[in-house]
Amino acid sequence: MNAKLIDDDCAVLVQDLTVAYREKPVLWDIDLKIPKGVLLAIVGPNGAGKTTLLRSIMGLIKPAAGNVSIFGQSIHQQKKSIGYMPQRGSVDWDFPTDALDVVMMGRYGHLGWFKRPSKTDKKLALDALDRVGMADFSHHQLNQLSGGQQQRVFLARALVQDADLYFMDEPFVGVDAVTEKTIIELLKELRNQAKTVVVVHHDLQTLSDYFDWVSLLNVRQIAYGSVKDVLTQENLKTTYGGRSAFLTANQSAHNQS
Amino acid sequence: MGIEQLYIIILACIVAASCSLCGVFLILRRLALISDAISHSVLLGIVIAFFFVHDLNSPILILGATLTGVLMVYLTELLISSKRLKKDASIGLVFPLFFSISILLINLFAHDIHLDQDSVLLGEIAFTPFRLFSLWGLNLGPVSLWVMGVILLLNIAFVAAFYKELKLSTFDSGLATMLGFFPTFIHYALMSVVSITAVGAFESVGAILVVALMVVPPATAYLLSHRLSHMIALSLLFGILASLLGYLMAFLLDVSIAGSMAVMTGILFFLAFIFSPSQGILIKFLLYHKQRLLFSANMLLIQLLDHEGTHTEQTENTVSNLVIHMQWSYSFANKVVTYALQHGFVNRSNDFLTLTSLGREKARHVSVMDS
Repeated sequence: MNAKLIDDDCAVLVQDLTVAYREKPVLWDIDLKIPKGVLLAIVGPNGAGKTTLLRSIMGLIKPAAGNVSIFGQSIHQQKKSIGYMPQRGSVDWDFPTDALDVVMMGRYGHLGWFKRPSKTDKKLALDALDRVGMADFSHHQLNQLSGGQQQRVFLARALVQDADLYFMDEPFVGVDAVTEKTIIELLKELRNQAKTVVVVHHDLQTLSDYFDWVSLLNVRQIAYGSVKDVLTQENLKTTYGGRSAFLTANQSAHNQS
Repeated sequence: MGIEQLYIIILACIVAASCSLCGVFLILRRLALISDAISHSVLLGIVIAFFFVHDLNSPILILGATLTGVLMVYLTELLISSKRLKKDASIGLVFPLFFSISILLINLFAHDIHLDQDSVLLGEIAFTPFRLFSLWGLNLGPVSLWVMGVILLLNIAFVAAFYKELKLSTFDSGLATMLGFFPTFIHYALMSVVSITAVGAFESVGAILVVALMVVPPATAYLLSHRLSHMIALSLLFGILASLLGYLMAFLLDVSIAGSMAVMTGILFFLAFIFSPSQGILIKFLLYHKQRLLFSANMLLIQLLDHEGTHTEQTENTVSNLVIHMQWSYSFANKVVTYALQHGFVNRSNDFLTLTSLGREKARHVSVMDS
């Protein structure tokens, strides 16, 4: 069976993906068909395997079983079409470099080995900084930036990768309301340009405002589909177990409006 | 100064430059301890290779040493990835094993050659001029100068060619993998270069001082730089400076050259630690005191403004009240008042203080009363 023929409109196709750390499964039998041009949230409690799912799709973690294809091809053939924004904690913010230089790293994939960034790359990087509202900070060292500013620099770096498919790991954690708004507007803009954006997300309150599609995850995939179909009381209860008192309140507020 | 001394100085500079160049990436990757581990592990390769070729000058020794250095890194990473041991414990476990095996091998089989423990630990840079390299009857200078020169060129070529790749995989190995730059390959390439450098430097300055040269100049540069390129340049500068000053110190005090070089790297680090314009403790101390004075002066102005024209003004707006109210020492209160007087914020008559119009404006501004 050739996945390419059947699922031509998929940005990402995940089949029977299982990931285990030693004997303990972290992800169990995940099937995921992400259409092109959607803004998808991966939601679930801590330890649900959200980051692991993202990293396995990108080929950074080797799965125990299952297949992943990106635009009908293997991840290695499609590396250049992927943009990645990792969790903020995953890099060394005391590294001696400035915001512009970090954004420029997003161009390295297009450059390949040995080649140095050109003036065009620099201009693209400056433009990206401008888009995230960080043009004035291009020569600030990383550790002089606030958490929200660092997150914007990361977003700018993902933007200059000029990808068709973006993976973002908790872009809204630890940022202020203004930065959150800047980020979500840019993500929606990317979606409107027919790009596919997959985001690990935490905040159930903003889910329906921000995203079109959602995958509820807790080791297994509990539910997957458009936000309004999936975001039901029952699905959330299954995903989060009994800890959903605040969801009830939220749901009733939602029903009244 | 004779040609012999010049040879030693040049060699010291080349060794220091090579070590401080690859050391930059060890510091940034938090692998400073790996330099210690590698410099001890290469001895095993040297000893084993020596048994095969029976020649201390053979390039096979460098090959063997590099291989054991990289093997040690590989075994250490294997232990780390088993997740039974932490990184530091894994490093501390493998290299002493390699080092002790080599010491035993030297004791057992090589006690009559000059691969002795003293030269292993401290090096023998002072003997540099005595082993000369000649080709077709031409005297081309000391062997170690040639060997170390090639190693320095290798370091420069490696960093220049892989600058972008080294930077990315050090800063964000996840992105490096995503973009197809194989950070594991870069890692082992770096470890090979560090091993080769350690072998070369080891002969001159010994296994322990290699660590000083690989760790301290880059750490000093780290305190003073905001860009990777600056850090590399400063690291080279400090490495070379330490070897020049170290040679001078050894000459004046008639002590070990390698030891003096290492002491100098430490002194340079200490100076940077105190005087660094961005991270030094001196600037932090000065800034703290300046900020404390400015803030206290603002508090004084607000206090005066609050009580201006009230019936408690006569008792509240006095220097002696500041001591009670603000819990300042008498001398600090005087310092703050002097500062305010100098800037024309207040007038003083004996103990009593009044705001000038400038002071009133300033007080309103800082207390945000006018917003």
